[in-house]
Amino acid sequence: MKTRAPAIETRDLSLWYGGFQALDGVSIVVKRGLITSLIGPSGCGKTTLLRCFNRVNERYGCVSTKGEIEVLGKNIYDHDVSLVELRKAVGMVFQRPNPLPLSVYENVVFGLRLHTPRIRLRRSTLDEAVEKALSEVGLFRELKDKLDFKATSLLLEQQQKLCLARLLPLKPEIILMDEPCSALDVDGTRAIEELMLGLREKYTIVIVTHNMAQARRVSDECIFMLLGEVVEHSRTADLFLAPQHHKTAEYIEGRYG
Amino acid sequence: MTQDAASSPARNRFVKTSLVVRKEFAEQLAKAVFFLMSVAMVAPLLAIVAYLVWRAWPVLSWNFVVDVPRRGMTDGGIWPAFIGTLYLVGISLAVSAPTGVLAAVYLNEYAKENWLNRIVNLAVINLAGVPSIVHALFGLGAFVYAARFGYSILSASLTLAIMTLPVIIASTREALAAVPASFREACWNVGATRWQTIRAVVLPNSISGILTGVILQVSRAAGETAPIMFTGAVFFKAVEKGQLLPYRLDEQCMALSMHLYTVATQVPNVKESIPYATAVVLLGTVLAVNAAAIALRVWLRNHKKW
Ligand SMILES: Nc1ncnc2c1ncn2[C@@H]1O[C@H](COP(=O)(O)OP(=O)(O)O)[C@@H](O)[C@H]1O
Ligand SMILES: [Mg+2]
Repeated sequence: MKTRAPAIETRDLSLWYGGFQALDGVSIVVKRGLITSLIGPSGCGKTTLLRCFNRVNERYGCVSTKGEIEVLGKNIYDHDVSLVELRKAVGMVFQRPNPLPLSVYENVVFGLRLHTPRIRLRRSTLDEAVEKALSEVGLFRELKDKLDFKATSLLLEQQQKLCLARLLPLKPEIILMDEPCSALDVDGTRAIEELMLGLREKYTIVIVTHNMAQARRVSDECIFMLLGEVVEHSRTADLFLAPQHHKTAEYIEGRYG
Repeated sequence: MTQDAASSPARNRFVKTSLVVRKEFAEQLAKAVFFLMSVAMVAPLLAIVAYLVWRAWPVLSWNFVVDVPRRGMTDGGIWPAFIGTLYLVGISLAVSAPTGVLAAVYLNEYAKENWLNRIVNLAVINLAGVPSIVHALFGLGAFVYAARFGYSILSASLTLAIMTLPVIIASTREALAAVPASFREACWNVGATRWQTIRAVVLPNSISGILTGVILQVSRAAGETAPIMFTGAVFFKAVEKGQLLPYRLDEQCMALSMHLYTVATQVPNVKESIPYATAVVLLGTVLAVNAAAIALRVWLRNHKKW
């Protein structure tokens, strides 16, 4: 078990939106079972990098990539990689909670419905999945009588947790979170952070954040990006206490960003 | 106290300046003008409908709809034209609605942003603005002569379909583009294929908009005269009173818009109220279709899981 492949490894990854280069020679290793945060000023390519990990970038228009990405030891650009299976294993939560305009229940089982043949979908399986996923994100108690409510009518914090719960029935191994708290208030933010710390080890989590205090609170490792390049990647404590690069130091002191 | 607070005493603060007074006047004026315009839009419409119904009243009855024209079209009803219009509109939409919606889905959801897509887009937008008489000529050349369908319901319907297609594509694309990107992202990230995304999220959330676009084309297809006059509508066709399927597709037919034109301008000594009654039936049919579409939309919204 010692030589398990890392959760994500990129080698010299570059990405272009048409003629605009958004990532430039990114080489990182994200370890399994840790929370890794991705910080950097807006527009430096954090979201773009995150979207590379389940190849969902390809759905955003004119994108070309160069370099290698291995997820759980498998090169995701190999020709036998199924995007469906990849995206089931690598799920994503967004900045604005994006529940689908369906009931809470249907949101949670949405993925299952997509990926299971209709005859194998039994009500009991679905019920079980809903209970399990909602319990895991700590929503089951509050929502168990509201399963047929519209998901869009929930509180933002609940919506965000629901978006996380929506990934879980597909048994993901890596969860990508793109500024998951920036639409939430203080309590919501705290709730999501606690949730992340609870899910840690079971899942590998990569979180993009604008909030450096948050990065310090929740993450084990931290990656600082600037203009599409990785400037520094080290343990969070080290990065904040003894940044190796002067750009990092300036950023965490709040000189720009 | 600072200098400029002293130069304008406290009781003079926050009072209206002459500039503000003028702005407020402009505000009131703008509101009044906009209100007048909206009334000016609705009032003539109501007036037209009221006037039509009033003039049509003497002959307007169920019998007028199901009866055939009599005494050289100067009396009787409009059944052949009514049914003819239903044929034409029904067939043309059966062709153009699915084609247009599917094409729009392809263009919006699958096609890459490249020169081909751009050309198709440009073509769609421009075709949507082509006058109907041009479509009429095209239909004459393409369907009546080249495809050898002759002057027939088929030719006329296909011409109407060609005419409505670009508008349906354009309106459907708009409806699809209005579905928030975040819904699609949610789908992609649980591993949905493009088709699953379309099926599960995009179509259910845009179906109202798509229907609205299609339904607007019902009115357009029902009201046009030129395209069908060139390709398959005739002044008169003998049909039994109330007969449900009087036409074969390779025959010509009568149509309401054409009939209205005929009785209003071509036939002498027509009872005054007949053209008006024809117009009322045409209007009523279109309104009925619109109402049905609204009902369908409400139903779909309540049963979103189609
Ligand atoms: N779909 C896209 N098409 C073109 N350019 C994009 C697209 N998405 C992002 N970009 C550009 O790529 C750069 C990086 O964006 P992003 O990854 O969203 O940054 P961040 O999440 O760090 O704020 C920005 O300059 C942005 O304008
Ligand atoms: Mg971002």
